[in-house]
Amino acid sequence: MSDPDTVGARASTNGHSNGDANGSGSGPVASSATDSARSFPLPLVDEGHKLAGAGLSTAAGLAGKLAGRFQRRLRADFDDRDPDYIREQLPMQWLLASLYFRGEVRGLSNVPENGPVLLVGNHSGGNVTPDTIIFSLAFQTYFGVERRFHQLAHNLVMAMPQTQLLQLRRHGTVAASHRHAEQALREGAALLVYPGGDWEVHRPSWESDRIDFAGRKGFIKLALNADVPIVPVVAIGGQETALFLSRGAWLAKAIGLDRFRLKVLPISLAVPWGLNIGDFAAHIPLPAKITIEALPAIDLREQFGPEPDLDEVYEYVTSAMQDSLHALAAERRYPVIG
Amino acid sequence: MRINESTVIAAPAELVWEHILEPDNYLHFMSGVTRWDVDGEVRSGLGARYRMLLRVGSAEIGGLIEVVEEIPERDLAWTSVTGIDQRGRWRLRPRREGVTDVEFRFSYGVAGAGLGGWLAEHVAAPTVSSRIRESLTGLKQLVEQERRRRDSEPHSVTRA
Repeated sequence: MSDPDTVGARASTNGHSNGDANGSGSGPVASSATDSARSFPLPLVDEGHKLAGAGLSTAAGLAGKLAGRFQRRLRADFDDRDPDYIREQLPMQWLLASLYFRGEVRGLSNVPENGPVLLVGNHSGGNVTPDTIIFSLAFQTYFGVERRFHQLAHNLVMAMPQTQLLQLRRHGTVAASHRHAEQALREGAALLVYPGGDWEVHRPSWESDRIDFAGRKGFIKLALNADVPIVPVVAIGGQETALFLSRGAWLAKAIGLDRFRLKVLPISLAVPWGLNIGDFAAHIPLPAKITIEALPAIDLREQFGPEPDLDEVYEYVTSAMQDSLHALAAERRYPVIG
Repeated sequence: MRINESTVIAAPAELVWEHILEPDNYLHFMSGVTRWDVDGEVRSGLGARYRMLLRVGSAEIGGLIEVVEEIPERDLAWTSVTGIDQRGRWRLRPRREGVTDVEFRFSYGVAGAGLGGWLAEHVAAPTVSSRIRESLTGLKQLVEQERRRRDSEPHSVTRA
């Protein structure tokens, strides 16, 4: 799950967000590779074609196909959401949430009964985020699977094989981008976003009780543009599902991942890997107790006037969430046990 | 999964019926019920619809239900319209003068959920069963308290 602001920018850079990107920055590839490759200017594809050898051309074609597959995974088809499938999955989700994570969700009555709403959460748990499973279950049993509910996920998550296995698209999960977020709200859906994205989700375990959106304000612009209320959703426990040691921002920079807009390369101790670098293959989360609270809805224009100041709204939302997170943290006596 | 629980209430069926028909009472006597809102024009009886939620484990589960059977002072049954599949039934049977046998039947599940659904139904059963027993106790207290209040009314009027 991720932030519509930052990931949206990433998606545009990669050319997946619209057809205009097809012709720009990928000229050499366009002559022989697939359409998918044309619209996806990976450096690997570019370099392969510069050599123009037959073998490399095949490799470029394969890379193009892979890129195309990757790109398709990032394209949102809101019709992929399948209420009947979600309904059939609720019992398994309920078992997982109730028995394994002892999940508790409060304050759903704060979510407006009808219409589009932007649910803004803090993000925890690395690449396996129990908060999302538990909140989705609670939301869909409370309001019914008939109510449109989508979640934005990081491009990397949407591209992972596990995502296909878990059929996240049928659950209403779409790759994070402004375009997808706006479309979901325009179509009247409740939309769950995590502005802190990969930065917050990989924070060290000892910062579990800290809201860290890294100054990202895209969610505020989104709510204003779509004229929808914001409901902050605060969760605790996810950062105790493994021992998260570091975001590894220095490591990502040292090996040049930042050139691919990967700002973090998280380091953790997690089951079953032990030392887990990157968390690309995910991990088995410890059965930490997860508590989630939805706070009262915020109508930005009603509360901050017709032209709200983004910094003021950001400060208000994050402070309210921080206060709630501190209160939830104070309820916990032991790590994992809760 | 179907769960049956029953109790004996020291009040006439008419009074018990009055209590189970009134939607506002459900939040008072139904254990674990967090919502019981009238949905639509019909407030009670046949055709009435309610949005109800019952807290079980980590979720509030329920949906829109509709009363589909009403035999005054004997049977009141509902079925789900949305949400998990559920059917509920109150059965009132007079035991003797001023005493009523009250049975509550509740069945629930998710069609098509397979093994996960079967497992969840059985794991949830003790909680649901306990909630229903508590609800019957709550109803018994509520109705018997009301019966005592009504029984004492003529004396109060006489004293006044």
